[in-house]
Amino acid sequence: METHIPERISDFVNNGELDCEMIYVESEHSALSAALGSSAAGVRSYTATSSQGLALMFEILHIVSGMRLPVVMSVANRALSAPINIWNDHQDSMSCRDAGWIQLYVESAQEAVDTTIMSFKIAEDHSVMLPVMVCLDGFTLSHVFEPVDIPDQSVVDKFLPKFVPVFRLDTKNPKTFGPIGYPDVFMDFKKQQQDAFAVSAGVIKKVASDFNKSFGRSYGDGIVEAYELDDAKYVFVGLGTICGTARVVIDKLRKEGKKVGMMKLKCFRPFPDKAIVDALKKADAVAVFDRAVSFGQKGPVFSEIESAFCDESKKPVIHSFIAGLGGRDVKLDHIELAFNRIIKEKSSITEWLL
Amino acid sequence: MINALPERELFAPGHTACAGCAAPMVARTILKVGGPDTIVCNATGCMEVFTTPYPRTSWEVPWIHSAFENAAAVASGVDRALKKLGTRDNTNLVVLGGDGGTFDIGFGALSGALERGHKFTYVCYDNEAYMNTGIQRSGATPKYANTTTTPAGKKIHGKSEFTKQLPFIVAAHGAYVATANIAFLQDFANKLKKSFAFNGPSYIQVFAPCPTGWYHPTDQTVEIAKLAFKTNVFPLYEIENGVLTLNRKPPQQVPVEDYLLKQGRFKHLTKEEIAEIQQHVNSDWERLVKLEESKLKIF
Ligand SMILES: Cc1ncc(C[n+]2csc(CCOP(=O)(O)OP(=O)(O)O)c2C)c(N)n1
Ligand code: SF4
Repeated sequence: METHIPERISDFVNNGELDCEMIYVESEHSALSAALGSSAAGVRSYTATSSQGLALMFEILHIVSGMRLPVVMSVANRALSAPINIWNDHQDSMSCRDAGWIQLYVESAQEAVDTTIMSFKIAEDHSVMLPVMVCLDGFTLSHVFEPVDIPDQSVVDKFLPKFVPVFRLDTKNPKTFGPIGYPDVFMDFKKQQQDAFAVSAGVIKKVASDFNKSFGRSYGDGIVEAYELDDAKYVFVGLGTICGTARVVIDKLRKEGKKVGMMKLKCFRPFPDKAIVDALKKADAVAVFDRAVSFGQKGPVFSEIESAFCDESKKPVIHSFIAGLGGRDVKLDHIELAFNRIIKEKSSITEWLL
Repeated sequence: MINALPERELFAPGHTACAGCAAPMVARTILKVGGPDTIVCNATGCMEVFTTPYPRTSWEVPWIHSAFENAAAVASGVDRALKKLGTRDNTNLVVLGGDGGTFDIGFGALSGALERGHKFTYVCYDNEAYMNTGIQRSGATPKYANTTTTPAGKKIHGKSEFTKQLPFIVAAHGAYVATANIAFLQDFANKLKKSFAFNGPSYIQVFAPCPTGWYHPTDQTVEIAKLAFKTNVFPLYEIENGVLTLNRKPPQQVPVEDYLLKQGRFKHLTKEEIAEIQQHVNSDWERLVKLEESKLKIF
């Protein structure tokens, strides 16, 4: 809660510019619990967190998704302690990737605003009913100022109509929310969640395309975004603001005649394996940049992209780069170095860009 | 049936509580007083487990459970959502938690919700341990009680600490506070009514024996609850606008031994330990009587 997000929302509310109820909770665990309660009562519910706060919410993340409550939450991605550190990486949200939330990563403040608006529409779609995390890089986006266009309320209202819950806590139509599920029913609930994820990919794309029609802005197809990818032999893969840095490097190397490009992974959950294979299958080599690590394994994005290719007869050499943990700068040089490495290396490497 | 309470049952039978469990009496009374315009936010614990084995439910009002320690926070969200929807005024919002979910792990969420002043009635059904997970000690477990984590061993004789004085801690937040007992349902009902009318947070702690965890015969639940009152082990009081009132005083105080020795969890007690408990009960009682007489605004 210590980002500019709740501070600015408090300004909106206290200046009468936003008609909402704000609950100033005593902990992030209670923040998500209160959002759970308000969503179940039938109102659109939102919260924001970061790092240790997200870790504290872990228990409730699973409950919100299991109860199919379409809460939207901004996560200002920051490192997890110890050592305690307040800077950017993706360890917090990556550690929650199995919590049943759609995860969308953004590159700019504008994309954060736009994705937040889209997220409500995705989450509240009756064929989805899953919570959404909008993951924006801590500090790089959450504590740095850049101009954004905040769309007119009337245009947003047209794009995003009033929230219609499937069920709500209604004394005229009483329902039991959150009962105990014995082994004979539990797994069926989990299967329904998984099925909803399968449906959500199509909804995310449709919402992204509708958004483009209403607001004239797009971020790929809402799932992945390509940059100089068509004829690229060497491809950078990343999430969030690091993609902005990669664009500059790609422009430079292209001028030098190198066939480099980028696939920005916007949607990490549902994991778009088909879209990834389609985007990368023509490449010779891929550099996956993870700003998180699965200890005892490799970078989480790297591992999942690897497994997306397991059934493919032709696949690029996929390399793993662990970079930018706890706010360590990922500079133009790092990405250029990575490109030069993957142009040379014949088999997969894992590199920590220390 | 209890005086002036509706016949209509909104708490359905067929739940899976143990025989002789007091907790269903708590739920049933809440719904009789609250009526159909009640929403219940339940913490994880026996009450949640025995009333909602999917797809069955005992709750004929909207009911929500999500975790062990967050029921007051969930209720905070429900409270504000109803306000936003414009339907807040008529609905009784009840939070229901066991003593573990209230005294221990849910204490932070409870304190936060009290401080924010949400209008709800928090009912703690106090069976003095974590019963759902197998009788582990809580902050509400009385001194020397034998639980699975404070066993009556040869060296250490059950729990080492006296009970946390939660009602006073809650009262310090400015809430309406009351204690109640399943042996005195009319008194509990009166306090529920008062809490529903109160424009702010309320907390009612209800003494609710658990034959499974206290090791007493299932037909002795109400008898033991009565003895808790007669011995002053669990006095019935209210703290309203910061002032304490004893609602009912036993005509003659019964020795704590009569209460303790009816329960297996205290059967290992020595004479000295019983005397220590007696002394503790007496001094607590004297404090309550003095507070009442003083009419002091404690908070
Ligand atoms: C965070 C967390 N820790 C532990 C549990 C397991 N658990 C479920 S109910 C319970 C005890 C409940 O005790 P209490 O609140 O006293 O209610 P009772 O079961 O006695 O009715 C525990 C430990 C849990 N659900 N969540
Ligand atoms: S263990 Fe105790 S509180 Fe739980 S259902 Fe049985 S008697 Fe009731």
